[in-house]
Amino acid sequence: MYKIVTRRELVPHINLFEFSAKEIAAKTKPGQFVILRIDEDGERIPLTVASVDVGKGTITVVCHEVGKSTKQLGNLKQGDCILDLLGPLGKPAEIGKLGTVLCVGGGVMVAPLHFQVRAFHEAGNKVIGIIGAKSESQLIFEDEMREVCDDLYVATDDGTRGYKGLDFLKELLKERKIDRVVVMGPVVTMKTVSELTRPHGIPTIVNLIPIMVDGMGMCGACRVTVGGKTMFACVDGPDFDGHQVDFEELMARMKMFTPQEKLAFVFQEEGGRRL
Amino acid sequence: MSKPKPKIKKEAVVMPKQDPKERGGNFDEVALGYTEEQVVAEAERCLECVKAPCVEGCPVEVDIPALIQLIRERKFDEAIRKVKEKNSLPAICGRVCPQETQCQASCTMGKVGDPISVGRLERFVADWERKRGYEVPQQSASTGKRVAIVGAGPAGLTAAADLAKLGHEAVIFEALHKPGGVLIYGIPEFRLPKKIVEAEAEYIEKLGVTIKVNAMIGKLYTINELLEQFDAVFIGSGAGLPRFMRIPGENLCGVYSANEFLIRVNLMKAYDFPRAATPVFVGEKVAVIGGGNTAMDSARCALRLGAKEVKIVYRRSRQEMPVRAEEVENAEEEGIALEFLTNPTKFIGNDRGWVKAMECIKMRLGEPDASGRRRPIPIEGSEFTRDVDTVIMAIGRTPNPIIQQTTKGLEVTKWGTIVVDENGKTSIEGVYAGGDIVTGQATVISAMGAGKKAAKAIHQHLTKKK
Repeated sequence: MYKIVTRRELVPHINLFEFSAKEIAAKTKPGQFVILRIDEDGERIPLTVASVDVGKGTITVVCHEVGKSTKQLGNLKQGDCILDLLGPLGKPAEIGKLGTVLCVGGGVMVAPLHFQVRAFHEAGNKVIGIIGAKSESQLIFEDEMREVCDDLYVATDDGTRGYKGLDFLKELLKERKIDRVVVMGPVVTMKTVSELTRPHGIPTIVNLIPIMVDGMGMCGACRVTVGGKTMFACVDGPDFDGHQVDFEELMARMKMFTPQEKLAFVFQEEGGRRL
Repeated sequence: MSKPKPKIKKEAVVMPKQDPKERGGNFDEVALGYTEEQVVAEAERCLECVKAPCVEGCPVEVDIPALIQLIRERKFDEAIRKVKEKNSLPAICGRVCPQETQCQASCTMGKVGDPISVGRLERFVADWERKRGYEVPQQSASTGKRVAIVGAGPAGLTAAADLAKLGHEAVIFEALHKPGGVLIYGIPEFRLPKKIVEAEAEYIEKLGVTIKVNAMIGKLYTINELLEQFDAVFIGSGAGLPRFMRIPGENLCGVYSANEFLIRVNLMKAYDFPRAATPVFVGEKVAVIGGGNTAMDSARCALRLGAKEVKIVYRRSRQEMPVRAEEVENAEEEGIALEFLTNPTKFIGNDRGWVKAMECIKMRLGEPDASGRRRPIPIEGSEFTRDVDTVIMAIGRTPNPIIQQTTKGLEVTKWGTIVVDENGKTSIEGVYAGGDIVTGQATVISAMGAGKKAAKAIHQHLTKKK
């Protein structure tokens, strides 16, 4: 059992959880993820780690309520326990002194991006941050990002805050000399940014968390085509070269269980009665 | 006057099974096990030959003649004790061992009729004990030595049980959230009920073994780090990586590895979706690629999850199938079709990225290959296309690589298996390995045999050490 020592709603339906997990905290690096399971009937939910506190022995994740299991997690309170927590999984992000690093985060993934940004900042890089969300009301981690970014841009899909969409990136990529781009967010954001950086030849790293079950290389559900080769995101990644990823295939595979996910959600809302 | 010799019963006592029509719609166990009368009748068929080739055929050397004698005398308490001297997981072995190639292969009775159904006898006494409540054998005095076991599969559970009985403290590190390894994630409920795996794992804990789940060695701790806290390490991390064919369309939606499909269905209980939260999709026309136990298991799960047509597509012929005979029989009874000498060449998708058809090629058999089985050779121009909406790739598993990648000084082969000597010792002092991580994908019982052998070697290593 793993105790929730902090649960905080960041914005409606996006919650931060800090779990007591001493052994995992001691080993987790930016870019890695954990898999948690709420209870005996629960599914294995992969979540990228947003921060660790080695002294306190905790890890923090941020989770968006999008389906049955994430909503169930959202309903848990401080002091509650989850049944299983496994990690760290995946390879850590490659952090080094590269020069200027542009870090783009979308939605809930801004939180784990912040973990990397801080590491890039501490490694002596100049960090340009971009954070985005559908709308102003769903922006998270802005203050935290501002602390560790040299420049921070904000963008929303609907333009309620900052730039509308990511078109402004075209100018930014022309104006600034950027040595590395890191993108964490919805697949469509990672695809868009990768396409924008491709003509500039800037190495662009995307962090992929496709559908997965065990998270340790056994099921192959998370396979992605990278440079024509099949890779397992859980063990070969989660970081990949965004210019090599087959995003179309990834987007199709992410929808593989959509009808079942909807059914499960309705089942949950109906109070777990047999459909 | 000599006693009249009883007539030899050539046919084995039939074990009751769920009706094929009924069981296609549920995940309950198919084989129901012998009754007390049946088990005694089967034991009485034994000819009591002096050579007892059955024992030689058993990788953990269970004293089968003694087991048979005790069953005849209805001394089931003593019978299970006899089995457990050598085998800590009898309820599992009685169900999943390929007895026909092991203890039953050279049975003397088998020369004149059916061999003695040793697996069913073992299953009976194990189930009998589980119903009555486990008896925990007396422990040896604590040696104060600690052994870390990596992986709670058949090899790790066996090694831990044997070490605990010898008085060592054994701690198993299991990466999944439940112990059992392939027994819990791979083998389906209807062949090996999960409550049996859970009960046998609990028995191992009663021997004093600690099982730590959600602990992935190579990530949470390296083997080198474990050696700082433990006097010895046993690696039984198994062969859990799915193999794919590397043909076009393999990443389409609707194409699973058998591992993914079985993990969803077994470990995550997707057959009970949506009560259990993990989903699985099964279409109407399912093709399972491969000819082993995993292929049978996948096909039978797909059938139970509502597929209209399930076909096993295998590149060799029936004779070469690496499968437990009883399971092919069960699969065919349930209505699963087997298509031999056929191999897929590509999968064809629809506009949403879902598999809708597969192209196959017919094969013929050539000369035997390294496995001793006749090599399948494609017949040019024999390609044909068939509609499918679900494909399960069950063409084998390869060793888990994370420990090999993260352990300094560990010698591995080019296939990714760990190199060991005849006692299971690796290139690192105090580190032993056994099971599929050493041999590549094999059977539950051979992994258990390796776990036993390594436990013995670890015991010697720990007791001679000053």
